Amino acid sequence: MNEFLQFTLGGVSFGMVYAAIGLSLVLIWRGTRILNYSQGAMAMLTTYIALTVITRTGSYWVGFGVALASGLVLGAVIERVVIRPVENKSPLNPVVVTIGLLVLIEGIAGIIYGGQYRSFPTAFSVTGLHAGSVPLGISRNDLFVAAAVLTAALALAALFRYTSAGLRLRAAAFNAYAARLLGVRVGRVLTLGWALAGLIGALAGLLVSPDTFLYPSSMDSIFVLGFTAAVIGGLDSPVGAIVGGLILGVTLNYAGGYLGSNLVPLFGLAALIAVLMIRPSGLFSASHSRQV
Amino acid sequence: MTSAAALTVEHVVAGYGGVLALQDVSITARPGTITAVLGANGAGKTTLLATISGFVRPRQGQIRLDGTDLARRRPEEIVRAGVAHVPEGQAVITELTVEDNLRVGALLQQQGRAERSRALADTYQRFPMLAKARHRSAGTLSGGERQILVIARALMTRPRVLLLDEPSLGLAPKIVTQIMDLILRLRDETGLTVVLVEQNARSALAISDHGVVLNVGRVVATEDAALLAADEALRRHYLGF
Repeated sequence: MNEFLQFTLGGVSFGMVYAAIGLSLVLIWRGTRILNYSQGAMAMLTTYIALTVITRTGSYWVGFGVALASGLVLGAVIERVVIRPVENKSPLNPVVVTIGLLVLIEGIAGIIYGGQYRSFPTAFSVTGLHAGSVPLGISRNDLFVAAAVLTAALALAALFRYTSAGLRLRAAAFNAYAARLLGVRVGRVLTLGWALAGLIGALAGLLVSPDTFLYPSSMDSIFVLGFTAAVIGGLDSPVGAIVGGLILGVTLNYAGGYLGSNLVPLFGLAALIAVLMIRPSGLFSASHSRQV
Repeated sequence: MTSAAALTVEHVVAGYGGVLALQDVSITARPGTITAVLGANGAGKTTLLATISGFVRPRQGQIRLDGTDLARRRPEEIVRAGVAHVPEGQAVITELTVEDNLRVGALLQQQGRAERSRALADTYQRFPMLAKARHRSAGTLSGGERQILVIARALMTRPRVLLLDEPSLGLAPKIVTQIMDLILRLRDETGLTVVLVEQNARSALAISDHGVVLNVGRVVATEDAALLAADEALRRHYLGF
């Protein structure tokens, strides 16, 4: 029973990271119908930036803030420079462009930072917490991870729901033509969507890198799991991405805990395939099938 | 509502690929009047509105709102300049609520929250049906309700010129009458300049001040609406009634 509790709570912590990556993918997918294969690589790069800043300044939080800000900027710049020319082209073009970006960013990171594994600090202690004498399988840092992603998700939800920028984002995502008719500058709105995705992705990179170590391809498997989380949720639904991430995190942690941790990546891919076969439109998606 | 404006289209040539849908088209919509643009399918009516609102780039010619040239500007900028386009097929954002649809229209105004709420309240007063449906998803509205929503939403941008593309299309006769009454009231109460594209020439001419007939991309008649309606040969030849 103790084991079960530990695996569950530990899974929630991992799941929140997948949820964050999933959320960043949903943000872009909703606005542009583009799946950003370079989302993980972008997060890797901003985490390297964080590491550099943390090393220089000695402050985790300065590095944390700089990474989030650079995620915001990176997302906006990539949309403006690389994505804008292929928007509204054949759906294959953005696929090729974002995969190209993935390779490019990982290459650049390798040139600048080298290929070796680097450890990345946590925000809080990783010592396991206990309820009385019962180990919970989670640390203060795990609580921080969950709280950070939840806060980011709630902030995004509030932005979408209560602000003019959020209304523009929703209008442009659902019906770009109608939005333009009403004077919404859709180009700017898409840039904002990518910037927010870059920010959330950067957060995921910061939160997961203490566990995975940091190296140029360190986010690849996290991207696959984040994508799976988003697909479970239906790719269109921010809430779906969070729930999908939690389901995935907990399931994988059971698989790792009971069956052996080597099986986790296998189970991740198996989960993706299973979801795509059984319910390709996801648990939360209202949209219909679309040809890609 | 701001003061009425004149919209002039001068020698516009526009089309898609090798096909010219508009060939040297000139029309004038005088301030505070309704101008009907009539003609058969493929006459270029919809292209004319899309060209005015910036979705189709004219290859030649000028489009002026009072003094300002709008030709070759982006659609977002043209609506900001004061020309609102209600396209055929209605372009309701079905995933948003009725109120959110209206609020998107109000975003364009630079004023604060209070001003926007008042604009919303005014709209609900004018269209009680929308007030009742305000929290419903716009996708659940009927065809007539959607048409009223998109017109009301376009008005939220505070246009000086309203372009309406086939507002009666697919609607029951009773609702067509309501929509035509609404357009008439808008002109009378707010001094809005309206360009009304219609296949339903009879009901369009009944409320219009001026009529323009297009045929395969060219203007074949431009006349006082009453005179157009009385011109039997023209009616039979181009308008089918």
